[in-house]
Amino acid sequence: MLKYIGKRLVAAVLSLVALITVVFFLVRLMPGEPFTSAKLTQQVADNMRHYYGFDKPLIVQYFQYIGNLLRGDFGYSMKYTNKTVNDIIGQTFPFSADLGIRALVLAISVGLILGILSALHRGKTIDFVCVLVAIIGTSMPDFIVGALLQYFFGIKWGLLPVARYLGFEYTILPSIGLAFYTLAQVSRIMRASMLEVVQQDYIKTARAKGLSDLRITARHQIRNAIMPVITVLGPTVAAVLTGTFVIESIFAIPGMGKYYVESVANNDYSMILGMTVFYGSFLILCNLIVDILYGVVDPRVRVGSR
Amino acid sequence: MKKTTYVYQPETPAPKNPDASLFRTVGKSAEEMDKVTRPNLSFWADAWRRLKKNRVALFGLILIAVYVLLAIFAPLFSRYSFSAMDGKMINAGPSPEHWLGCDSVGRDLWVRIWMGARVSLTIGIAAASINMMIGAVMGGLCGYYGGKLDMIVMRIVDILYGIPSLIITILVMVVLGPGIHTLIVAMCIIGWIGTCRFVRGEVYRLKGQDFVCAAKVLGVRDFTIIMRHILPNIMGLLITNLCMAIPNAIFQEAFLSYIGLGISPPNCSWGILAKEGIHMLRMAPHEILFPAFFICSTMLALNLLGDGLRDAFDPHLRGTE
Repeated sequence: MLKYIGKRLVAAVLSLVALITVVFFLVRLMPGEPFTSAKLTQQVADNMRHYYGFDKPLIVQYFQYIGNLLRGDFGYSMKYTNKTVNDIIGQTFPFSADLGIRALVLAISVGLILGILSALHRGKTIDFVCVLVAIIGTSMPDFIVGALLQYFFGIKWGLLPVARYLGFEYTILPSIGLAFYTLAQVSRIMRASMLEVVQQDYIKTARAKGLSDLRITARHQIRNAIMPVITVLGPTVAAVLTGTFVIESIFAIPGMGKYYVESVANNDYSMILGMTVFYGSFLILCNLIVDILYGVVDPRVRVGSR
Repeated sequence: MKKTTYVYQPETPAPKNPDASLFRTVGKSAEEMDKVTRPNLSFWADAWRRLKKNRVALFGLILIAVYVLLAIFAPLFSRYSFSAMDGKMINAGPSPEHWLGCDSVGRDLWVRIWMGARVSLTIGIAAASINMMIGAVMGGLCGYYGGKLDMIVMRIVDILYGIPSLIITILVMVVLGPGIHTLIVAMCIIGWIGTCRFVRGEVYRLKGQDFVCAAKVLGVRDFTIIMRHILPNIMGLLITNLCMAIPNAIFQEAFLSYIGLGISPPNCSWGILAKEGIHMLRMAPHEILFPAFFICSTMLALNLLGDGLRDAFDPHLRGTE
């Protein structure tokens, strides 16, 4: 087990280093520069470049950046000149995280329930409804779900607030919009895996022992069927987090997504780097946790894999 | 190999009794006995036969074909150009002149949707196919030869796998600048990893099977083994995967265009149409509803077709998902 965790850990750290390196050099390859505003005189622009260390060789800048990162310092934003990247992340991340967690909880709980119900009542109306939800869900990009929800619930029927993020009723539509795709996927996987588990011998054994249906479902079927759902949790977290970019812009939520997209447009080197590294390491961490969790839950993984 | 056949020989003298003259021996030749009366089904014909029975998947296939034809011909046969603006028709709803209405600067939405379909479908199909090819070659080599190459490629794949692909795609788009070609390149840089992983696993599994061993013993060259014995066995999976990867690529394009990194105006793609439509949500909801309908129905058709293909190529899996 320790060996398995160690391997995963090394891969994760290498991924992180690769990510930082690739992003650092890609950003410098971008056409344009942060200080190109016509208002800046040559002298001022040079001073700015010196101040941010752009006159040093690239490789020196790289190691300086890594050094700062190790101390948890993402540097100053080049657009919002009086703010550090840490400040901006600190202000905006709570909104994104709040929305993301709500969406994840919603997607996983409802997705699992739908999948289980659908598998238990295979071929009945409820199964048909669940499969329909799953197929529609995987066919709709989140920006369309978001826009449709906003139009029907917010504008046409006026049931819920259209935008912003001020209280519980404001969080409902964005969470559903963000969760829909993931919810559909989770329910699809759970249904397939439940149906596969039903045919296994240990279910027959349990039935032969005379256990009640409820007990068989709860203790034997669901526990074993949930494995494949755990494997997709890593990519799921990634999908939900990147989905926040779009949902935030549709519902005017002051999260990280807006700043990230803006920083790309502004050539704001330190913001792009900081936010990418932050997002990236967050996702890598999630993947790592999922990998380890999977090893804990299913012993075959840590013994069987290379 | 000599087949034993039991054939009634017409030469055998008929029994000598008067009634026998009433009967005539029609006879059966040895060839006729051996004849296969049903057509010999190839792998593809078999899959196609099963796919044809699956009405839902067939519906998906037909819908996609219709959309592709419309994307090619609809802009050609329309009076309107996708970029021509008409100041009198700003935000106009559907009418006999403009079937799906006009957008916020008075461009005909019907033509724009199909121009967008050209871009989105091209990107979806191209990116998914290129990813599949790179992934299949890399995965195949790693799985078949193993050894050092496998070790190195798999380590690289492990590292790349941890990096969120969308972030890299965004950055590559920023460096390369907007455009269809750069969008495809950006999606292909790390998009092949998933296919590579699964092809490697499949090839590794097949390599240990008896028919490959038999071919090796008979002295068949590696290249022939891969092309004749291993490739046909993973072809079904690959095609299913391709079909499922196209919606993903279209999603990604739409997302990138949505945040302003994809196609640049006046060209349009479905992502751009959705973005423009969302801005006009309050005043002219048809501008988002129509593109949304076409995007979703395409995704739906591809997903249904993908499900059907998986069942057609691998009947064991039928009904489990």
